[in-house]
Amino acid sequence: MAIDVVNPGFATTVQDLGRPGYYHLGIPLSGAMDRYALRAANLLVGNDEGDAGLEAVFVGPELRFTSDATVAVTGAELPPKIDGEPCPTWTALRVRAGQTLGFGVLEKGARGYIAISGGIDVPLVLGSRATYALCTLGGFKGRKLEAGDALVVGAAKRPAKEGKAVPEALRRRLEAAPELRVLTGLYWERITAESGKHFFEDTWKVAPEADRIGYRFRGGRPLALVERKQPFGAGSDPSNIVDSSYPYGSIQVPGGTEPIVLHRDAVSGGGYFMLGTVISADMDFIGQMQPHTSTRFVSVDMRQALAARHDRAQMLLRLREALG
Amino acid sequence: MQTRYSFGGDEHLLAEVAEEMSLEAFFKSLAMANAVRESRIKGVTETCPANASFLVKFDPDMIAPDALLAEVKALEAQADKAEAVLKTRIIEVPVFYNDPWTRETQMRFRERHQDPTSTDLEYGARINGFGSIDEFIAAHAGAPWFVPMVGFVAGVPWLYQLVERAKQIEVPKYLRPRTDTPKLTIGHGGCFGCIYSVRGAGGYQMFGITPMPIYDPEQRIRYLRDFMILFKPGDMVQFTPIDRAGYDQIVDDIANDRFEPRIRPVTFVLEDFHKDPAGYARKLEEANDGH
Repeated sequence: MAIDVVNPGFATTVQDLGRPGYYHLGIPLSGAMDRYALRAANLLVGNDEGDAGLEAVFVGPELRFTSDATVAVTGAELPPKIDGEPCPTWTALRVRAGQTLGFGVLEKGARGYIAISGGIDVPLVLGSRATYALCTLGGFKGRKLEAGDALVVGAAKRPAKEGKAVPEALRRRLEAAPELRVLTGLYWERITAESGKHFFEDTWKVAPEADRIGYRFRGGRPLALVERKQPFGAGSDPSNIVDSSYPYGSIQVPGGTEPIVLHRDAVSGGGYFMLGTVISADMDFIGQMQPHTSTRFVSVDMRQALAARHDRAQMLLRLREALG
Repeated sequence: MQTRYSFGGDEHLLAEVAEEMSLEAFFKSLAMANAVRESRIKGVTETCPANASFLVKFDPDMIAPDALLAEVKALEAQADKAEAVLKTRIIEVPVFYNDPWTRETQMRFRERHQDPTSTDLEYGARINGFGSIDEFIAAHAGAPWFVPMVGFVAGVPWLYQLVERAKQIEVPKYLRPRTDTPKLTIGHGGCFGCIYSVRGAGGYQMFGITPMPIYDPEQRIRYLRDFMILFKPGDMVQFTPIDRAGYDQIVDDIANDRFEPRIRPVTFVLEDFHKDPAGYARKLEEANDGH
C-alpha cells in the first residue's frame, strides 16, 4: 500500500533507529532524535521497534492513505486528526483507505513520531532506512518529504489493537525547563575554572539554529579560555584544537560563546574544543526542545550517568511489557 | 608521547595521542585505533581515527567504562613498539586550481574573509611566503598528502602534506563560515587540506576543484559501486593540476562511466621520510606515475 503526501509539514523525514558503523567515514548514526518515542509508536501499531516511521518537526504532515492501516503518534504533543477529527497521541488509531491523517497545532515538544503498521518501506542503505539529508543518503530519496511524494508501506507484521495506548507514566514528560546532564571531560581544561562554574550556573536558551546535526544554545556568559601557545595544526583561535572526532552529545563552544550539542546527524569531527558530553539518557530530551526553551546543564559523574542510563532502560522494559 | 584519555559521556572514549599535529602522532593514533578495532573488545561498537587522536564508541551495558579504558591503555604499549610503516595506497586527484566556481563563491562571501581584496589563492600564497599563486600551486601539488581522518560529513578526507613542518601550508579558516561551498572544492584550514564531498557550509580557504567525485550515495559511479566513499584513514593523495579542458574531459568521462582514478599501492616508512623528506616525497610521486 501507499501513502500520498498531501502536505509535507515543516521538515518531515523517514527515520528508524539509525545507521551505526560508518561514523569513522563521516556518516553519522542518524535515525529518530527521540528514539524512545519512535520505539513506542512502532510497538503501538504492531511493528518492530526499529521499523521506519516519520519524524515530523514542529508541524505535522498531511497524509492520504490508499488502504487501511493502524497508526500512532508519539513524542511531541502534536495532536493527530483523521479527516479532521481530533485523536489522542500515544494511542493506536485506525485509518481507513481514503482517509487523511493531519495534525493540529503543536502543543508541547518539538518532534512527533508517526508509525504506520508495516513500517515505511524505503530501501535499506548501509543497513538503515534513516534519512541523512545533509549528504542525500537513505530515507525517501535522501531528503525531507515533499508534496506529491508517495510512500510505500510494508505488510503488517502482527495485529494491532485500535485504542491501545501507552500508560501515562510511560509517556515522556515534556518539561518546560528541562535540565541536561553533562559529563565534563574531553577538552574541559581549555576553559578557566570560573567559566566552568558559570557554564553550569547560567540559564541557556535553545537558539533558532537547532536541528538534527546539533542544538545551539545562547544566553549564558561567554566562556574564558585558558591562554596557551596554540599547538601546531590547531589553528589560531584559542577555542581551536587539532581536529578530532566529535562524540554524539559532545558540547563544543566555538569562540567560547555559544555551546553546540551535537545530535544524531552530527558532523563527525572538527577543530573546536569540547567541554563535555550530554549523557546518553538525556539525548532523546534534546530532540523535544523547541527554540527558546530555557535549560540548565547539570554536571554529573560517570556513576550517575550510568544510573540514569539504567533508569531509561528500565522504562523501555516497562513499555515493552505494557504494549507486548 | 603520552596519550591522554577522557570519556565523552557514557558511550565514548577519546584518546588524544598528542596535542599538536605530527606524522608521529598520526601514525601512533592510527596504529592504536587499528589495534582497538582488531582486538574486537566486547562492547566496542565503532573506532574513529582522527589526526592525532581517536575516538572509541562503546556500549556501557556490555563493558564498564573503566574496563574499556584498561583494555585500550594496554594496547598503547603495543603501538609504541610498532614500526612506523604503513602499507597503503596513493590516489591521484586531478585539480583544476583557480577555477571559476570556487572563485565565484569566494566573491559572494568576501566580507567573511581576512583579506577581502584578494582571492583565497592569492592570500594563501602571500601569507605562506610564495612569490606567486603558481609557486603556491606547485608546492600544493608538489608533495603527496596523508589522509589521517575521514569525516565531518560523509567521505571528506582531512589531508596532511608530507613535507617538513617549516614547509607546511598554513592558513586560517574564514572569519565566519560560508553557507555555501561547491561540491568537490579543494579546501585548506590550519595545516589541513580537505576535499568537500558535497555542496554545503564550510570555513576552509578554497584553492580549486576536482572533477572526480569522492562520495556517491547512489553508487552509480564505477569506482564507488562497492562502497559509496572513496577515502579511508591512512590513504595518501597526490594532487595533479589540470586545466579547464582536462576538467571538462574528466566530467565527461565520469558522466559516461569511463573514468577510473589512478590508485597505486605504496609502502610508507616514516624513518626513511625523515632522512630525506623531499626525496622521499618524489619517490612516492614516481610510484604513482607507475615508474
